Amino acid sequence: MEQILNLVTENFNFIFLLILMIILGFEVISRVPAVLHTPLMSGANAIHGVVIIGAIIVMGQAESDNYLALILGFLAVILGTLNVVGGFVVTDRMLEMFKKRKKN
Amino acid sequence: MNSGLLSLSYLIGSVSFIIGLKMLSHPDTARKGNLYAAIGMTLAILATIFLYTKDGVGLGNHLWIFGGLIIGSIVGTFAAKKVQMTAMPQMVSLFNGMGGACAAIISIVEFKHLIHTGADITSEPVMTATILLGLVIGTVSFTGSMIAFGKLNGNINDKTLPMQQVVNIGLLILILVMLVGIVTGFISGEPMSMMYILLIISALYGILFVMPIGGADMPVVISLLNSFTGVAAAFGGFLYDNSVMLTGGILVGSAGTVLTVLMCKAMNRSLTNVIVGSFGGNKAGAGPAGVAGNYKEISVTDTAVLMMYSKKVIIVPGYGLAVAQAQHTCHELEKVLDQNGVEVKYAIHPVAGRMPGHMNVLLAEADVSYDKLLDMDEINPEFAHTDVVLVLGANDVVNPAAKTDPASPIYGMPILDVENASHIIVNKRSMKPGYAGIENGLFFQPKTSMLFGDAKDALTKLVAEIKSMA
Repeated sequence: MEQILNLVTENFNFIFLLILMIILGFEVISRVPAVLHTPLMSGANAIHGVVIIGAIIVMGQAESDNYLALILGFLAVILGTLNVVGGFVVTDRMLEMFKKRKKN
Repeated sequence: MNSGLLSLSYLIGSVSFIIGLKMLSHPDTARKGNLYAAIGMTLAILATIFLYTKDGVGLGNHLWIFGGLIIGSIVGTFAAKKVQMTAMPQMVSLFNGMGGACAAIISIVEFKHLIHTGADITSEPVMTATILLGLVIGTVSFTGSMIAFGKLNGNINDKTLPMQQVVNIGLLILILVMLVGIVTGFISGEPMSMMYILLIISALYGILFVMPIGGADMPVVISLLNSFTGVAAAFGGFLYDNSVMLTGGILVGSAGTVLTVLMCKAMNRSLTNVIVGSFGGNKAGAGPAGVAGNYKEISVTDTAVLMMYSKKVIIVPGYGLAVAQAQHTCHELEKVLDQNGVEVKYAIHPVAGRMPGHMNVLLAEADVSYDKLLDMDEINPEFAHTDVVLVLGANDVVNPAAKTDPASPIYGMPILDVENASHIIVNKRSMKPGYAGIENGLFFQPKTSMLFGDAKDALTKLVAEIKSMA
């Protein structure tokens, strides 16, 4: 019990953020028209590309003789960027069409 | 100073994700929301490169980092711009897989790093668990997304191993046991090899998890894997104590789960039902009862005549329309009929195409007006006073078995009540069953006529025919 409480105290900020973000995620999405399901999924897909920041940290901390970390880090940065850039561009392309129609 | 700036950038980034996601859920603000999130992301990335420090040391290897960013940006933009609107769903799946792989690689490097520091991993249980969970979830998301991509792209068919569900559950238990074992030190072994074994099992699980899930359920799977990657990103955020990764990751994990549930609801099925009682998995046991008989064909000319003398026509678009790239021709047909005083509407089933909203996006591309696209609930009562329903490459969403045959795998899914209309014309390339692999009794009803051929070809001829008559 004490161990669990300690864990909670140590990671309080994290748990705080975790709970708030879960609630927020539910709230933000729960009333969305079916038309927007695909673009929304695609937009959310781009947002989790934020994992790229981890890749950048891995890359930036790799010692210059640690080839494995360098190569893996480099690969991770490329993959993460694909997720972010591809995700946002695809979403924009989908949404562009909704806009065009509004003008008519 | 620098760390203050970094925190501020992360705060702005996090807020931009929240606001972006909120704006994405309204048609008017969606595009701006996407842009805001992208700007926030760029800020967070740049701030990390230049301002992040650990123990007073900043990040190096800028050349490598920018090299990776540039390569990724060029390839990503190119792929996203080039892809056909019809191939959007698999593109989303592909990008999702990239994110999962990225999370998995981070975990591999960090696990190696942890071992290298010489620390006994059992003395760092939280850290080890975080790294390994990121590894498992990221890997499952990566291989799962690749299979989903292959399936939507038509490279991979539905396959079910004997005892598939038992194997899957077994693998899942194995993953959990290994996780707990490594973290607690219960499994003694060389940590690196244990990690690689865990990696391989997770990869295998991702493949086998998606493999048996068939066609119509693929959007749900992609949405689910999308939230998995969010969770994997959140584990990365916990690992680096990085607030923007945490916010983005958890937000997508949570929002993705809600979206997944919403999609399941649109099909009137539970998530468990989608995963365990998959369409593809039960195919053998679901022989359609009493679906057979004669169907009748109709010529383009007859179709044109029938439509010209109708008061009201409803078009039901499906994936066949998307494959044939027939959205523009379809809009043309609508215009010609409209000019001749025929009322035309579109009936959009929530899961028509390969993703919810897929048909809306496609028809929007062809400039079809918003108010002509009607949701299932709105349009269903209208079929009864409709003269002609034109089903364009849709199948499962108009299969009456969903209402009448409890043995059918799609039993319980709400469908479009097209059989209430006076005439039903179905355009298909052949009599082959739809994506879920189920025969459709609608095609054999006396009111139904089949107009065989590629949707675009058939529509082009139909438009020409109607124009010549007018």
